[in-house]
Formats: sequence, C-alpha cells, structure tokens
Amino acid sequence: MTTTAETPYGLGHLDALESEAVHIFREVAGEFERPVILFSGGKDSILMLHLALKAFTPAPVPFPLLHVDTGHNFPEVIAYRDRAVAAHGLTLHVASVQEYIDRGVLRERPDGTRNPLQTVPLTEAIQHERFDAVFGGGRRDEEKARAKERVFSLRDEFSQWDPRRQRPELWQLYNGRHAPGEHVRVFPLSNWTELDVWQYIARENIELPEIYFAHRREVFDRGGMWLTAGDWGGPKDDETVEKRQVRYRTVGDMSCTGAVDSDAGTLDQVIAEITASRLTERGATRADDKLSEAAMEDRKREGYF
Amino acid sequence: MSAVATEVGTLRLATAGSVDDGKSTLVGRLLHDSKSVLADQLESISRTGTPDLALLTDGLRAEREQGITIDVAHRYFATPRRRFILADTPGHVQYTRNMVTGASTAELTIILVDARNGVVEQTRRHAAIAALLRVPHVVLAVNKMDLVGYEESAFAAIAAQFDALAAELGITRVTAVPVSALAGDNVVEPSARMDWYGGPTVLEHLETVEVAAESPDAPARLPVQYVIRHDGIRYYAGQLVSGTLRVGDAVTVHPSGRTSTVTALDVLGAAVDVAPAGASLTVRLADELDVARGDLIAPDERAPTATRDLRGAVCHLADRPLVVGQRVLVRHTTRTVRAVVRSLGPAERLTANDLGEAVLRTAEPVVVDDYAAIRRTGAFLLVDPVDGMTLTAGMAVC
Ligand SMILES: Nc1nc2c(ncn2[C@@H]2O[C@H](COP(=O)(O)OP(=O)(O)O)[C@@H](O)[C@H]2O)c(=O)[nH]1
Ligand SMILES: [Mg+2]
Repeated sequence: MTTTAETPYGLGHLDALESEAVHIFREVAGEFERPVILFSGGKDSILMLHLALKAFTPAPVPFPLLHVDTGHNFPEVIAYRDRAVAAHGLTLHVASVQEYIDRGVLRERPDGTRNPLQTVPLTEAIQHERFDAVFGGGRRDEEKARAKERVFSLRDEFSQWDPRRQRPELWQLYNGRHAPGEHVRVFPLSNWTELDVWQYIARENIELPEIYFAHRREVFDRGGMWLTAGDWGGPKDDETVEKRQVRYRTVGDMSCTGAVDSDAGTLDQVIAEITASRLTERGATRADDKLSEAAMEDRKREGYF
Repeated sequence: MSAVATEVGTLRLATAGSVDDGKSTLVGRLLHDSKSVLADQLESISRTGTPDLALLTDGLRAEREQGITIDVAHRYFATPRRRFILADTPGHVQYTRNMVTGASTAELTIILVDARNGVVEQTRRHAAIAALLRVPHVVLAVNKMDLVGYEESAFAAIAAQFDALAAELGITRVTAVPVSALAGDNVVEPSARMDWYGGPTVLEHLETVEVAAESPDAPARLPVQYVIRHDGIRYYAGQLVSGTLRVGDAVTVHPSGRTSTVTALDVLGAAVDVAPAGASLTVRLADELDVARGDLIAPDERAPTATRDLRGAVCHLADRPLVVGQRVLVRHTTRTVRAVVRSLGPAERLTANDLGEAVLRTAEPVVVDDYAAIRRTGAFLLVDPVDGMTLTAGMAVC
C-alpha cells in the first residue's frame, strides 16, 4: 500500500477510493437480502466487479450479475462478459430489450437508439427477481444530474428517482431501509473520475475488452460521432463507411455510443490521451446525452441506471 | 483535467451560506479558472453568450428553471498540488438537510457572505452546523466585493462580525478572503482591484491548508461489517475508521467484551503486519468468538464507551418533528438498534433544521466514542422505523 501523510486517514488517493467502494459493497452484503451487480462489460462495471472480488476475498462474490442487453452489442464485450462470468463462477441474469420488442411491449424508436428502452426490462428484472439492492457503475463526474445522486438512492416499484426527495446522506452512514417492492440503487464508484478509473485499471492490471484501445474499424459519421456499422441500423443511404483508427471511451448501445479517433494502444497512452482531452467522456461519445439539457435527468427519473 | 501526480492528497470541501450569496458561482469560478471545465461543458452553460458559472453545478431541471440550488452537487477537480472533492450545497433553509449532507464529510467549508448584507441568519445557521459537525477548517468568502466598490472597510467589518460569531461557536481556524465570484477577483487569480488585501486567493488557500489525518494517535476502531467464511476460517471484514491495527494486538470485541489477539490482517488480498486508518481489511482472531456485523473490534486500551443511554448534539433534518417519547432506530457504525427519545433540548420537540441535544434509551448497548475525538464512531442517525426516513443527525457526547 502506498501512503501519503496528506490524505485523510493516511491512505493514498486510489487506495482511499478503493477502500470507500469496498466499504459500500460490504455494507450492502450486510444489510440486504438480494443484491445484484449491473454488468454491461463496460469499464465501470468491470471495475465494480474487480472491487467486489476484492471486498469478499478469499470467498467468492456473494451477488449475481444482471446485464440489460439492448441487442446492439459489441461482440468483444459480450465475449468478455461471458469469460468473466465463467472465470469467477458467477450467476448471470440477462434482461433482453430485443425480447420486449419481439413481444410488442416495447417499440423501436425512430432514431434507432435503444438506450432509453432499457428501463422497462431493467425494472421488470428487478421486480421479478426481487432484487433489493442494485449496484450501478454511475459516477458523479460523468454528468450533471449524476452529480446530484446519493450513494444509496431509493427507488419506488417503478424504479423512479425523485431528485427532490432524496434522503440526506451523512458521513458514511448509508440508509438502506426500503418498503417491499422498493429497492435501492447503490453507486460504489460515486467519487471516482474517469482518470481515476483508468489509473486504477493500470495499477491493478485489469483486463478490458479490446475496443477500449486503438484499433482499425469500419465507422461512419452520424451527428459528429463515429458509429460502428452493423445490423442495428447503420449506415443509412447518405452515410458513408470508412476505415479509421479509433477507440471507445465509453461502451454502451452500439447505436448511440461513438468511437473517438485515437492512437492510444496501451493503458499509459489512454491515460495520457484522457489527461489532454478537452471533452468529457459523455460529451465525446454519447448521442443520447446530446438530445437535451435534461436528457440524463429525465431518463434517471424514469428508472434508468 | 490538469495533469496531476497519482499520490497528491485530496481535500474534501463544501460550500455554505445563504441563498444567492454566490456559492454556485464561486464553485463555477474555481472550476473555470483552474481549467477544470471541458469544452463541451462550457458550451452547455454558455447558451446565452457569456457562461453562467452557477449552471456547472445546478444540474437539475428545477434548479435551472428557478435559478437556485436544491440539492448538493459533487464536483471533482485537481491542480498539480492537490485533488478536490467539492460539494456545492443549497442555501435555502428548506434544503438545509442537503447542506448538512455536503458538510458531513468535508474537511473544509467555504462560508459565503454577500458583502452588501453581511452575516445573516443562514450564515449563522450554517456556521453553527459546521461547528457542530466539527468541520476542521472554515473559509469566510466575503463575496460580491464588486458591488461595494472593492472597499476594504466593507470587508473588514464583515470579517470582524464573523470572527465574533466564530468565537461564540468555538470555531478556531477561520481564513477570510474578499472575493468577487462573478468577476473572478481572489478566487484563483489575485485581484488587481484589492491591493489592500495581502492574503492568499481562495484556491491558494485550498491548495496549501494543512489537513492532518484525524488525530494520528487515535485508538484503533474496526466496526465489523460482514463475516467472510471460507474453508472453515472466519474473516471479520470492515473499514478501520480510526487508528492503526497490528498483528499481535490485544483486542476486545464490543459489546460482548470478549478478548482475543489479532493473528492476521489482510488488506484486500495482501497480508500486512500493520494496517493504516481508512483501510478496508479483514482480521482474523486467535480465539473462536461469536463476532457478527454490528460488533466493534478495538484495542484493550483506550476502550470506547458501551452505553444504553446515548446522548449527543443533534441536527434535526426531516420535515416531521422529533418529540420526546418517539420510537426510532439508531444507525450507528454498522449497527442498527431500537431506541426511544428520552429527552430533548432546548425544547421538547425539534422541527426541521433545529439544532439541539438529545438523550436516547437504546434497546441494546451501542459502543461509541465522543464525536469530537473520533468522527466515525461518534456519528449516528435517527431513522423512522415505519418508513425508513432519515430524521436526525447525531454527534455523540461521552
Ligand atoms: N455582482 C456580483 N454578483 C454575483 C457574484 N457572485 C454571484 N453573483 C450573482 O448572485 C446570484 C446568485 O448566485 P448563485 O451562485 O446562484 O448563488 P447561491 O445561491 O449562493 O449558489 C447570481 O445572479 C450571480 O450571478 C459577485 O461576486 N458579484
Ligand atoms: Mg447555489
């Protein structure tokens, strides 16, 4: 362990973030009956799983994983997910957006993005499996509505977030009391920044899906973002495909997550690139957040991650 | 994001002060002038031309519509000298509970005052809360100096007014800075319009103020969060909230009072001989004891206090009142116990935002330290047993 005299408690910066996250995982294990970790195969959920493994070592992680599958997946990410599940002997639940569309419960949106469609399958999976604590990888530095989120965030049976009625959250005393049918969203990475995540991934040597590193890929431009061509609905007639050297800064639904031009092939190069970047990770890569000033707040109110 | 070494320290700070004194603008100015605002964020707050800096933290739709802060926002920024976790809090009395949320983990609070109005009721309330929560450092930012002609006398009068208040409340370390958050004077850059002021800018002070680890020689405290059983071995998992723990230490498990010796310490997969305060770890003990979540492991010397009569200073947070005779749950460290409110002061009934004292009779013993000595084992919450609402924040006195 590294220590500096300057931080509270004498822990180094990444050690303090790690310790805080582990404390949150253990609080949930001690207070709830049926927790679950949301796992998309993106870097934040991979980091959550890594911290959960550390929190309960030498025993296995006492929670299953839940993947809300939009059907627009990067194959490398799904492969990573399945490897992680097998390697750690975990149980994986999948809530499929495609299945809801096939049943006619959800309708495809005109813009083709399925990100907002995840809320209903997510909520129904929580209700059906009676999950009472749901770990999300959201970070407060990602977005201004997320900056308002508590570590323990109470949700009603529709998963709704009411930002005006959040419980006060003092010290590290988290209040997880909830009525039957309600659940608590828990955000162990609340205080991590994008740079912290990458520095910690480098320190711990955590494996990530290849798409986070520079590679050549067929992409096309839509709304100023490089999207990957594929069955999900792109490119359209007026859009042309080209091969570029890119990497992903965030990983979500293929239809609304853009790649960035990049030569960063190693963790150190990625860290250097982020340090120099003049755009936030969502600003650079997420079409869904560009829709309106309050896009994230609205989705969160409706029960999104 | 500015380049910053991995191992520079972190300062947690919170804003405070009355509504419209300029808290959110000051935070925006700090972020903006320290180059912590990225291009897409700047664009999104500049829709009307010049950026409205308060919108960097007023992130909710209702906040933008009403031009006020409703809930605490957390922002993260770094300079080459330090990292900062910043909580921008609301000034309205109605949202005091959100201000308390931001202040509870802060090592420093910036209390803003409008130079035209001086110390007002909310300044007093927030200073009292900072004192009660024992936030170690207070900065008084006398804001909107541009509206009083950057006059030294205006600043000096308010600084003196606040010093008197601080003395009354027992706040010892106050640094006063005259600023204009809107124009940027003395926030990050020194002001050319107040050459009579020779002190640091707000950021210079934040970068250099000494934040010592909470009493470095405090005794070890390990509230047990969870018991990990593996291959027939029991590992007691928790966060060392105070002191250091060593293999070989003689310890007592509270509240049972049974004693044992630490035989192994493991910090997230690495065996260590000594663990520092703040570490999440597991402990193994020499003896087979019945240890469970809610227990506290502490050295035999300088033991905490086990009591069923919990007394403390309180800050009432909920809209529904707290009354003598009320049944509550006490959330303390990793333990939750039933309790009844025995007495309250200064009145028989506390309403939202009241500060006072309380005595609780608990169904089982709680093992506490004086909040002034050890924050994490002195802090507690009162929770409504019916709907789980967080009612009151408490700071044990023993
Ligand atoms: N003239 C002047 N106006 C300021 C200054 N700081 C903030 N304001 C204005 O005061 C109003 C309230 O500011 P805001 O930051 O929202 O206050 P808060 O309620 O304390 O967060 C806004 O209209 C700001 O533009 C200052 O230094 N000088
Ligand atoms: Mg404000």
